[in-house]
Amino acid sequence: MRRLLLMISAVALAFMAVLGGTSAAFAAGETIGGVIKSGQEGVAGVTLNVSDEEGFTEDVITDDAGEWVVEVPGAGQYLVTLQTETLPPGVSLTNPDRTSATIVVAKGQSKSVLFPTGEARVSSESTLDRALQLLVDGIVFGLTIALAAVGLSLIFGTTGLTNFSHGELVTFGALMAYFFNNLLGLPFLVAAAGAMLAGGLFGYLQDRFFWRWLRKRGTGLIAMLVVSIGLGILLRYIYLFFFGGTTKQYAEFSGQAGLALGPVDVTPKALIAGGVAIVFLVATVLWLRLTRMGKASRAIADNPALASASGIDVNRVVSIIWMAGAALAALSGIIYSLSNGISWQQGFQLLLLLFAGVTLGGLGTAVGAIVGSIIVGTMIQVSTLFIPSELKNVGALAVLIIILMIRPQGILGRSERVG
Amino acid sequence: MDWSNVFSQAFTQGIGVQAVIFAIAAIGLNVQFGYTGLLNFGQAAFLAVAAYGLGVSIAFAGLSIWVGLLIGIAAAVLLALLLGIPTLRLRADYLAIVTIAAAEILRLVFRSVTFNPVFGGSDGINRFADDFYALNPFSAGVKIGPIDFSANDMWIVVVGWVLVAFLSLLVFLMMRSPWGRVIKAIREDEDAVRSLGKSVYAYKMQALIIGGVMGCFGGFVAAIALQSIQPDYYGTELTFYAYAVLILGGAARVLGPIVGSVVFWFMLVFIDSALSNAVSSGAITFIQSTQVGQIRYWILGLALMLLMIYRPQGILGDKKELSLDAR
Repeated sequence: MRRLLLMISAVALAFMAVLGGTSAAFAAGETIGGVIKSGQEGVAGVTLNVSDEEGFTEDVITDDAGEWVVEVPGAGQYLVTLQTETLPPGVSLTNPDRTSATIVVAKGQSKSVLFPTGEARVSSESTLDRALQLLVDGIVFGLTIALAAVGLSLIFGTTGLTNFSHGELVTFGALMAYFFNNLLGLPFLVAAAGAMLAGGLFGYLQDRFFWRWLRKRGTGLIAMLVVSIGLGILLRYIYLFFFGGTTKQYAEFSGQAGLALGPVDVTPKALIAGGVAIVFLVATVLWLRLTRMGKASRAIADNPALASASGIDVNRVVSIIWMAGAALAALSGIIYSLSNGISWQQGFQLLLLLFAGVTLGGLGTAVGAIVGSIIVGTMIQVSTLFIPSELKNVGALAVLIIILMIRPQGILGRSERVG
Repeated sequence: MDWSNVFSQAFTQGIGVQAVIFAIAAIGLNVQFGYTGLLNFGQAAFLAVAAYGLGVSIAFAGLSIWVGLLIGIAAAVLLALLLGIPTLRLRADYLAIVTIAAAEILRLVFRSVTFNPVFGGSDGINRFADDFYALNPFSAGVKIGPIDFSANDMWIVVVGWVLVAFLSLLVFLMMRSPWGRVIKAIREDEDAVRSLGKSVYAYKMQALIIGGVMGCFGGFVAAIALQSIQPDYYGTELTFYAYAVLILGGAARVLGPIVGSVVFWFMLVFIDSALSNAVSSGAITFIQSTQVGQIRYWILGLALMLLMIYRPQGILGDKKELSLDAR
């Protein structure tokens, strides 16, 4: 009991210290804003009008970067209208019929409205080009979730814990990088490295003072699963409390022009992030395959009692697995938020996709988790060729269910682990 | 601090609509998780298909409320079959992953723009249950001591608690029967039951369907009471609340869900309104009023953890009956 309270208060205190400064900003007034772009260039001088039914109305003109923002009097429903005649020659809306949008702003929220310009992409690009683009996006996304999935899978393999709070390790990395980069002003790469270390430490402490204690008490695996759900909820709302509900960007690399590689448009940060992910994933696999540590972890996965009897320090191996898994999850969170923004529930939103990847590859194996995640990530992006993108995760989760029907041990798993 | 208001709200909510909804959801979970040991983490989906089955039949197809209820129940049975067929032969945690994924799939489909004409997108379906309130025998609100209901609330709350009593009686009778003994034996030792010649798969499937159909009445109550079906109400948090309610009251106990739900909602609303009262009266300054709602989730998370670690049998449960573990 004491231990648990200690750990929780330590985490809470750390966060109060870390993010206390940001919570005040969250309660600031409500705004509606956006950016009008033509290609990569912002369009200046476009007039927009924001109004509501109670008589509030305000005109706003975009600045040189094409950005505009209006402070609205409070929460409520607003109508945003773009005056198309103020668009410069040669710039037109992708959807000419959509010149206005109705926006519901909640208390303290900053909403953004987008009016895409230029030719509709579908018509100008051939399906093949679009498929290639989605394939590249999908592989980068798959590599990102693979980083987090490795830890989930290894922790499951060595301790049997189905960790529903793994997503919070992902969020932790992004929040720490935000803290180092935006609040302490460290360069992004230093901040990212620091966040990975912090993530590894967080994982170590979680295992050392919480999960090991539960294992020693003899708490059952199902009970631990429910405990991990509780821990996930607690951490998630501690994040929300101190970080706030808005999605934020890092101080560096937030907007970056894309590089055209043939028909494919990628941002340099996505390329570099993909490369970093590959390096870490390959290193992890080699580490597990070639070192005694990796062999020990496989022995524990097979039979913890026997491993312990043959002289393997099970607790130490599990600690190291937790540390490595959490650090990789943190890296995954940093990479994901680099292009999607930092949000308090980003890890939870990825959690089911992590499970899908891990289950597809085969629960408990590292290589399986990586392969499975890359397939899931690619599939999610490419599936938007055929289904509306708001339903892309539905396809991935449906495949998860179908895989379990046909091959429950996953594509690389051994069948004896199941059932 | 206005303590009488805090207590009034806590008592009213403790036996109010939310307590009814979660008591019913937890009764269904009790059959699945408490008695059979199935890890259904998609209880929200059963409530959602019931609510949408009802709402779509009335608002979209123009059918009567009674047909709507039948369609809702049919949808819950269908969902149980879809979830159970691939996973019930596998280890327990696979069912957990599949059910939670299915619940998310359904929520995403219900709130999508693509299906907006049928399911109403993120606004959901609203004002469809006037037929139900036309039957309301209460002409005025009811106020007894700290408890305060409007006429319509009173009607749905009374109907809801009658439903809870009926479902609990049903669970009580089922668990005394030979069927109930097999179900409990499956939770304790699946292989032993199999060696006695029982089809474990079939029994698990029956438990999943029965628990899902029972839980789906919670969806009906939620839809009718709020006169509104919002896709995001049926998120994963709903399932986690239902687990907290069940574990708090005591899994594998007939009265567990009822005690759990009343105590849970009383505590939650009490802490919530006491905190927001303290914040607005200036007694607590380090929390903003927008952050009070977040604290209840800290409590939910902590409650789940502490209960599962220190008192997995809850208020009423028997520890010997709950030796749940992965198989």
